[in-house]
Amino acid sequence: MDEKLLTIMENNGDLSLEQLAIMTDSTVDEIAKKLDDMRDNGIIRGKKTIINWEKTSKDVVTALIELKVTPQRGEGFDKIAEKIYKFQEVQSLYLVAGTYDLLVTIEHDTMQKVAHFVSSRLATMDSVVATSTHFILKKYKYEGFTFEEEEKDTRQVITI
Amino acid sequence: MNFNPDNFINKTVTDMQPSGIRKFFDIVAQMSDAISLGVGEPDFITPWHIREEGIYSLEKGRTYYTSNAGLLELRSEICNYIKKFDLDYSPSEALVTVGGSEAIDLAMRTVLNPGDEVIIHEPSFVCYKPCVTLAGGVPVTIETKAENEFRLTPEELLEKITPKTKMLVLSYPNNPTGATMSKEDLEKIAKIAIEKDILVLSDEIYAELTYVGKHCSIASLPQMKERTIVVNGFSKAFAMTGWRLGFALGNEKIIKAMTKVHQYAIMSSPTTSQYAAIEALKNGELSINTMVSEYDNRRKVITEGFNRMGLTCYQPKGAFYVFPCIKSTGMTSEEFCNKLLESQKVAVVPGTAFGASGEGFVRVSYAYSIKQINTALERIKLFVESL
Repeated sequence: MDEKLLTIMENNGDLSLEQLAIMTDSTVDEIAKKLDDMRDNGIIRGKKTIINWEKTSKDVVTALIELKVTPQRGEGFDKIAEKIYKFQEVQSLYLVAGTYDLLVTIEHDTMQKVAHFVSSRLATMDSVVATSTHFILKKYKYEGFTFEEEEKDTRQVITI
Repeated sequence: MNFNPDNFINKTVTDMQPSGIRKFFDIVAQMSDAISLGVGEPDFITPWHIREEGIYSLEKGRTYYTSNAGLLELRSEICNYIKKFDLDYSPSEALVTVGGSEAIDLAMRTVLNPGDEVIIHEPSFVCYKPCVTLAGGVPVTIETKAENEFRLTPEELLEKITPKTKMLVLSYPNNPTGATMSKEDLEKIAKIAIEKDILVLSDEIYAELTYVGKHCSIASLPQMKERTIVVNGFSKAFAMTGWRLGFALGNEKIIKAMTKVHQYAIMSSPTTSQYAAIEALKNGELSINTMVSEYDNRRKVITEGFNRMGLTCYQPKGAFYVFPCIKSTGMTSEEFCNKLLESQKVAVVPGTAFGASGEGFVRVSYAYSIKQINTALERIKLFVESL
């Protein structure tokens, strides 16, 4: 039941407690308690709105940065990661397998600021061996949402 | 001599009534700001992996007819897929048709002699009666009841069987009521079909959209495979309405006879659709599950919504329709729908479009987004409160 509730919430953050209760054959009180519990033990981390900034006048530049790092003695990847994710500019951070170790996404309002952040904050860290920055030119799909115009309902009148 | 087209139109066709759904929605089409909960097809687009396979088949130049009965690979996949409903068929017992609708028409034309009676439970999909009539048969209707959750009972069936009865049409999960029949319900019907020696046409197009329990096909019951024509298809399960692809399964001799009619009327079902359908059956499980759980969420929200505003609505177990009772408003179904459209611009279908026994009910489709459903429910609530 928890998994079902979470899946529903992951796909649609707009639903009211009441609707969640109906969909999971539960009551509003039960759902409220469950959500509190899941927030307390860190299963639910937050809620946000997916925005296509391109449609607004605000400038947002996103970059993916690959980092090759050498973990220092006594502090593994986690310690380096912590030093990186604490920067407010860092949107997400992953430890990955492959030709590099950490994948960072940065968001800023100009490319210069992103570049400056990489060169002054990331590249200068002791354990960072190499960086490779990819600027995102266009977002097609993000968190399951496509940024293309949505098709209108073109279903026609039919006898069924 | 003046040409009068009326003199040239077959009398049976002239006498056929236009569908009540069509009549109503021709009005809706002219209202730009109306919300419709009337459409009887999935709001999902065919999953991309299936569309892509159709496109690929075109790129490869697979633009010829297929064999009359349909691609052997597709028929094999159908037989493999249908095992999930405890049905065991071989490709020679399968015919690929232009939607479930063609399979229904074929079955009637293949089986019926003039005057043969076909029992149809109502409310139900609008095509059975005209198909029977066009094939020279006589439709005999049974009104299923809300208190029985619109299931067909053995008593009701026995009452309508005569020496002329040749076939029973079973349509579960049901459009428009969302009713389903359990294995126990079907066993009672099967017993009668065997005793009275009648055929069953089981339209299971909504089988995948079963939310409570597991869909049971009457053909899976002992001695029923041979006397059942199972109709199913891709439209509802895989959101493939526009591809026009369905299939019939049954006794090899009956399927062969149906194939004869099919080959003269249609030749073969659309080739592109058949290739896409193979992909749907092979890898469509995930897409089906995603859509089914989304429908299920909506089903609960919409049923609860109607019950809260005082329009009694039993919990439908299948398809994507709810069938709330509007008798408490004192209006007929048609009045209710017209006034609702006029005052709140929400379109739903009068229950009477699906047979006289639909009086006092309206069909509401939940093949719409939760957001649209919520807006429509709010408006319907305002309408009911204003009465």
